[in-house]
Amino acid sequence: MSSTIAPATATAPVGAPSTAGGIEQASPPGERGRPVRGVAHNNAVRSLGLLAGVAVLVVVTLASVAIGARSIPLDEVLRALQSAPVYDEAIIVWELRIPRTIMGLAVGVALGVAGALIQAMTRNPLADPGILGVNAGAAFAVAIGITVFGAGSISGYMWFAFAGALVVTVLVYLIGSAGYGPATPVRLTLAGVALAAVLSGITTAITLLNPNTFDQMRYWQAGSVVGRGLELLWPVLPFFALGLLCAVLVARPLNAVAMGDDLARSLGANVAVTRVLVIVAVTVLAGGATALAGPIGFVGLMVPHVARWIVGPDQRWILAYTVVLAPVLLISADIIGRIAAPPGELPVGIVTAFVGAPVLILLVRRKRASGL
Amino acid sequence: MNGTDTQERVRFGHGIVPARLGSLSFLVSTRALSVCAVLIGLCAVVGVVSLAVGRYPLTIAEVLQALGGGAEGIQRTVVVEWRLPRAAAALLFGAALGVSGAIFQSLTRNPLGSPDIIGFASGSYTGALVVIILIGGGYLQVAAGALVGGCLTAALVYVLAYRGGVQGFRLIIVGIAVSAMLSALNTWMLIRASLEVALSAAVWGAGTLNGIGWSQMVPATAVLAVFFIAAAFLARPMRLLELGDDASRALGVRTERARLSLVVLGVGFTATVTAAAGPISFISLAAPQIARRLTGSASVTMGASAVMGAFLLAAADFLAQHGFTLFLGRETTLPVGVMTVSIGGLYLIWLIIREARKGV
Repeated sequence: MSSTIAPATATAPVGAPSTAGGIEQASPPGERGRPVRGVAHNNAVRSLGLLAGVAVLVVVTLASVAIGARSIPLDEVLRALQSAPVYDEAIIVWELRIPRTIMGLAVGVALGVAGALIQAMTRNPLADPGILGVNAGAAFAVAIGITVFGAGSISGYMWFAFAGALVVTVLVYLIGSAGYGPATPVRLTLAGVALAAVLSGITTAITLLNPNTFDQMRYWQAGSVVGRGLELLWPVLPFFALGLLCAVLVARPLNAVAMGDDLARSLGANVAVTRVLVIVAVTVLAGGATALAGPIGFVGLMVPHVARWIVGPDQRWILAYTVVLAPVLLISADIIGRIAAPPGELPVGIVTAFVGAPVLILLVRRKRASGL
Repeated sequence: MNGTDTQERVRFGHGIVPARLGSLSFLVSTRALSVCAVLIGLCAVVGVVSLAVGRYPLTIAEVLQALGGGAEGIQRTVVVEWRLPRAAAALLFGAALGVSGAIFQSLTRNPLGSPDIIGFASGSYTGALVVIILIGGGYLQVAAGALVGGCLTAALVYVLAYRGGVQGFRLIIVGIAVSAMLSALNTWMLIRASLEVALSAAVWGAGTLNGIGWSQMVPATAVLAVFFIAAAFLARPMRLLELGDDASRALGVRTERARLSLVVLGVGFTATVTAAAGPISFISLAAPQIARRLTGSASVTMGASAVMGAFLLAAADFLAQHGFTLFLGRETTLPVGVMTVSIGGLYLIWLIIREARKGV
């Protein structure tokens, strides 16, 4: 992605559009009117930072293969990688550690990118991938799947979750764009919140009336990347690829959209097409991730903020950093979950918040933390 | 003042008339006024109907008779001792949640703003879960746990976000972070608990008015009354704060103090309701937005949000109690929180679509 960034645009977008006025403008009362720059001021520093991020990701990935209830030294890992899964270490590496690491990588990238896109499009720092109803739709469908169709394992939940996420996002878009004119971000947000509320109410009612469903749902809703074989990932990968392709296409127009729809239009961005592409991307990325791992919160919300503080408001850099940083967060949370509460494990969805939230608080207490 | 009578009258906008009360004078929107009046009427209807319906059905006349003090025996017991506290709680708590939502949406200038953003909801759930799962306790202990958990969390978020004044955006982000940690903790506690305990905790977590009697209503009413009076005084600073810090300071508002009082007040409302009935979600999110669309006002207002919230919660609780019996012939009582999200959400969807049809 970094190759698409022309040097001339390094200083182009200034962030924090001061959308003063009514409560309808879903804009944070950030530090208004000032061009917000990240820590990394120019493209050379940003590229170096991205390289450093990739290095961290590699380290974390290797650590994820090595660390666990049974620690395997790195040279053992390398030896196991070259052999077939015939002895203990090799079986652990091939059958357990590598699938969950790859799963964490894929889910992390998907959630992070979905979060960055939805925050950029709605211009709302509170927006997360679930805002268009993805999580609520997936949970509702899984509850139905368990109660009515007797689904009982992750491979059973998966397609219910994915279908629920897709259908509900389409519904949210239809509600948000009903009537004249295109769907505005505020209407989409409210439609998403409203529909998610209706569905979560029904889901809660179903689970409270069926103890068996409640029991299964409470584990699914914690979010986890364990016990999912890679064969579950392959059918979702084309969706992830589609989502990432959309993300690459909208990165540049989103810079214009950040300044408000009217200004974006006069700068030559096709606001309506951008919006549809963002919604498609968020739906398939967040829907796929939720189908694979359950509703993992916080990654999509937090990583784009961190990326923005590092690189400033250029969406292309934000997306590039998000792609690297989101899996770092998810995989390190997964590693910590393995060793935090022996002999058991903590689901990754629980640990992400405990790893990410202190970082987020420290960062936002710095002076230069920026709005959108 | 006298000049306006002979000169052309000042026009404040369509449907907005000045009202004078002695030396006081203020602008009144006729539309907002009539919407509020209709909603109050609907509240009364729902209230009376919910006093009449139940396993011991009464006629409306009997209910009114019992309310007026002219009934004895079982009729009086059913209406005044059993059903009235719950109906009153629904109206009162709904109003409190509506105001609380209006405060936070106005402060953050964000339609997603609610007491949840400063971590109150997840904090109070954590407090209650600790009591239910780890300690084990009755209604009072759970209420105390929720209160302590929620207030500690809100204070923690405020302190963590404080850096020479609290800036809205930083407050939101710190609130998200702390909430995320606490809800992760909540999920973990629910997984570790036995199914039975987890289910009862989940019922509390959905928010329910089951088991509300006068002994819980009296202290809650006293506290909420104080808060409502305080809210009336803070309504004006709240509206001015929406103009931005500089403009409102120029108009005589002490911004930092007004903001802190509003936050404390908003949390106070939610804390009281949560302690008494659990985290009834969505009223504080939906009521201000629905009220704003009905009254056609420029931003969320306290009064209309309060009436809307009262109506929403009363209607939702009626359906939660009797919906299954009426429509499915099956006697099942759901937590009211389940109904508020469903009804409030459906109504919000309808409003969004209608607004779009009109091409606003």
